[in-house]
Amino acid sequence: MSACLDIIDLSAVLANGQRVLRSVSLTVQPGEVRALVGESGAGKTMIGKAVLGVLPSSVRIVEGDMRLEGEDLGRLQPKARRTLIGARTALIPQDPLTALNPSRRIGPQMTDRLVRILGWSGDKADKRVRQLLDEVQIREPDRVLRSYPHELSGGMRQRVLIAAAFAAEPRLIVADEPTTALDVTVQKQILRLIAELQREHGTAILFVTHDLGVVAKISQKVSVLYAGKVVEEADTATLFASPQHPYTRALMAATPRYTDPFASLKPVDETVLAGLAAEIAAADQAWSRPHG
Amino acid sequence: MDEARIVRRGAGPRLWLAGGWLLLVLLAAIFAPLVAPQDPLAQDLMLERLPPFWLDGAEPGYWLGTDSLGRDLLSRLIFGGRIAFIVAFAAAIAACLVGSTLGLIAGYFGGWADRIISRIVDIWMAFPPVLFAILLVAVLGTGLSSVILAIAIIDWTRFCRVIRAEAMGQSRMDYVENARIAGYGRIGIMLREVLPNVLPSIVALLSLEMGIAVIVEAILSFVNLSISTDDPTWGGIIAEGRLSIHQAWWVLVFPLITLILTVLSFSQFGEALKTRFDPVLR
Amino acid sequence: MLLQRFLIRLLTMLITLFGVAVVVFVVIRVAPGDPIAMMLPPGATDDDIARLRALYGLDKTIVQQFFIWLSGVVRGDFGTSISLRQDVLGLVFNRLPATLELAIVALIMAVLLGGTMAILGARERGTAVEAGIDIASGAALSIPDFLWGLVLILLFGVLVPIFDISGRVSPQLDLPFVTQFYLFESVLRLRFDLTWDLLKHMLMPAVALALPLAAIIAQLLKQSLKEVLDLDYVVQARVKGFSETQVILREALKNAALPTLTLVGVQFTFLIGGTVIVERLFSYEGLGNMAIDAVINRDLPLIQGIVLVFALLFVLINLAVDMMYALLNPRLRHG
Repeated sequence: MSACLDIIDLSAVLANGQRVLRSVSLTVQPGEVRALVGESGAGKTMIGKAVLGVLPSSVRIVEGDMRLEGEDLGRLQPKARRTLIGARTALIPQDPLTALNPSRRIGPQMTDRLVRILGWSGDKADKRVRQLLDEVQIREPDRVLRSYPHELSGGMRQRVLIAAAFAAEPRLIVADEPTTALDVTVQKQILRLIAELQREHGTAILFVTHDLGVVAKISQKVSVLYAGKVVEEADTATLFASPQHPYTRALMAATPRYTDPFASLKPVDETVLAGLAAEIAAADQAWSRPHG
Repeated sequence: MDEARIVRRGAGPRLWLAGGWLLLVLLAAIFAPLVAPQDPLAQDLMLERLPPFWLDGAEPGYWLGTDSLGRDLLSRLIFGGRIAFIVAFAAAIAACLVGSTLGLIAGYFGGWADRIISRIVDIWMAFPPVLFAILLVAVLGTGLSSVILAIAIIDWTRFCRVIRAEAMGQSRMDYVENARIAGYGRIGIMLREVLPNVLPSIVALLSLEMGIAVIVEAILSFVNLSISTDDPTWGGIIAEGRLSIHQAWWVLVFPLITLILTVLSFSQFGEALKTRFDPVLR
Repeated sequence: MLLQRFLIRLLTMLITLFGVAVVVFVVIRVAPGDPIAMMLPPGATDDDIARLRALYGLDKTIVQQFFIWLSGVVRGDFGTSISLRQDVLGLVFNRLPATLELAIVALIMAVLLGGTMAILGARERGTAVEAGIDIASGAALSIPDFLWGLVLILLFGVLVPIFDISGRVSPQLDLPFVTQFYLFESVLRLRFDLTWDLLKHMLMPAVALALPLAAIIAQLLKQSLKEVLDLDYVVQARVKGFSETQVILREALKNAALPTLTLVGVQFTFLIGGTVIVERLFSYEGLGNMAIDAVINRDLPLIQGIVLVFALLFVLINLAVDMMYALLNPRLRHG
């Protein structure tokens, strides 16, 4: 059986020629959670957006393949690709405040994919959405479905978005730092919800985060990203037990253990960064030669 | 920075094309008696409705043809340009002086001055401008100065609204505060600190307003209310052309092209000037 | 909150209208030339003139005349037209529907045309299509309705004569109408032959009025659409599988339209102001055409009435737009 998501040698550049992704390869197996971890600017969000076909117009893919359940996304016509992505993937966004349309009620925003893309009946979609709202522990579905986004709290909105993401039974969910914009107390609940729903529905997740604590809790596999390049890839348990790459070790050292809130936050060691810069430069040189 | 450079590069040909056309019309208007091939008022029923030069039946010396009274169209257009440009410059400058002054006062001083001036602007905006212009000229009596006065009376609000908003923004800036602390008087600050910064907008509006004044003058002469009926005006020629449209289309086409080019040039010229003189973009 | 906003706007509206009444009155009374002299046959005695002056209230002071006139206006009595010898209000109401129909058809055309251009430009952002739309809207905006009218007369009245360029309806037709809303009534009566004839007459003046407004809508709406199209909820809609056109229509349009709406209100009053000369250009029997005749005939009561009706229309439109903006904005609606 083919992988849920297969990214092979994906490279992307900005309009000014600066590289944002350098030959990224990663695989997400069905039902598996793969964490994509790195500092801000490492390109981890770009990978998620590239898969979903929503890269900003300033970013251009120059090389590589992306396969969603064996379908080569690059070979599909734009319209077919849109429909395929709509039917098989979903996005749990970073900021629930801006990811819901302020002028539309929650209900139609949750059901529109089911009805208009998947062709479900309105009743079936409504039932499905209510079931998912129950799963994300929203107790007043009637009120919530009738609300406008600004009438709900940030945590509630993220629950709504999670419910909407799972409602269509996608094969792959891209979760783009889904807890970053929330209060610390809400973060834990939301993370637990995503983990629970993932287990129940068996959905594969590409989980983008900068937080190793979150990685440890939710994922089975990890890819560590630095400057648009995957520097290490491993089972989550293996990675935490014996990180191989100096950058991974530095990142771990810089992260306060979630069990020890008083641990000091150390910056990533300078010599590690210098070594990385040399590694990246060498990779770029090797990359640019055959492309002129 | 990139964007500013792109805008400036784009401003080049626009400025020169628009400026070139306006200069051409202006020179033709100034030296009308020397340039015009014929007497614009000379009627000759033997020469009525002559077509322009490339058509059969054209007469040499009557390049753009003649109207139903046998008057030379090109000469009438050139002399009509005189009136159009006099009205454009005088009316736009008058409207600009009144509107900008009131706008500066309202925007910079705020309070009661602003409230009264804004209320007057509201009242002015509730008039249909063309009807207001026609009414004013009817009241003031036809003639060049009435037309200029009418346009100025109607269109000062255009300057007032824009300059008020800009002056309001400027007056909150730090450098205005600094000047106040440095002990400059309010009017001094208004003229020294605020005025130079709203000047690009005033210049652009002034150019735009000249185009509008040309149109309003044409509309007034179209309804036969501009200046005396004998003098050639672009609107007058158009009114004549509208009547004889099926017999002599050129009488409508040439003044129409002249008007469109002139109006487009004034607005493009203003836009180009604004990007060129805007201190931020520069 | 909504009610308070409404009441404040209503009050400023009344002040504006009063201001308009004062300005019109003052402007007209400054006018040289005696309207009475124009009404009487040659050889009328001084006595006749005095009697007529008294009849039209012209023998009182200006302030007295103003308040007599204003108290009449408040009661719906706008006086009697000097040139047509009829009740001003009746004359105005007789002509207003023609102008309203023209303005509304033009508005609909402007919104459809400008909206389509904006949506197309936003969908094809960064391409030659968008650049073309920018150039077209720039030209449509810089050229005023009067000139567009003339261009259309040349193109479709003379070069390719497919539309009528004069009047409101073909004079040989028998009109069964009881109201002056011909277009509206012809549809209600299912007389589509008449609807077509009316539209054929209305099309050219309406296009002339619509083009500058369409250009403004195209530019402004495209700009706000492009801003909205980068937002997270639009990205979310793309992930859901909606096409770019669906995304624009379903997610972006409503939020992007709010800033455009306010501007369209003001611009619609400019459009109505433009009907004055465009009606004249196309000999369309509306209020504006009558207004120009009234000015030429120095028909003071009629001019006053027409200008006031225009002003009333303008402030009502502004009020309506303001209220619509408050209603459409869910944040404002729910406080």
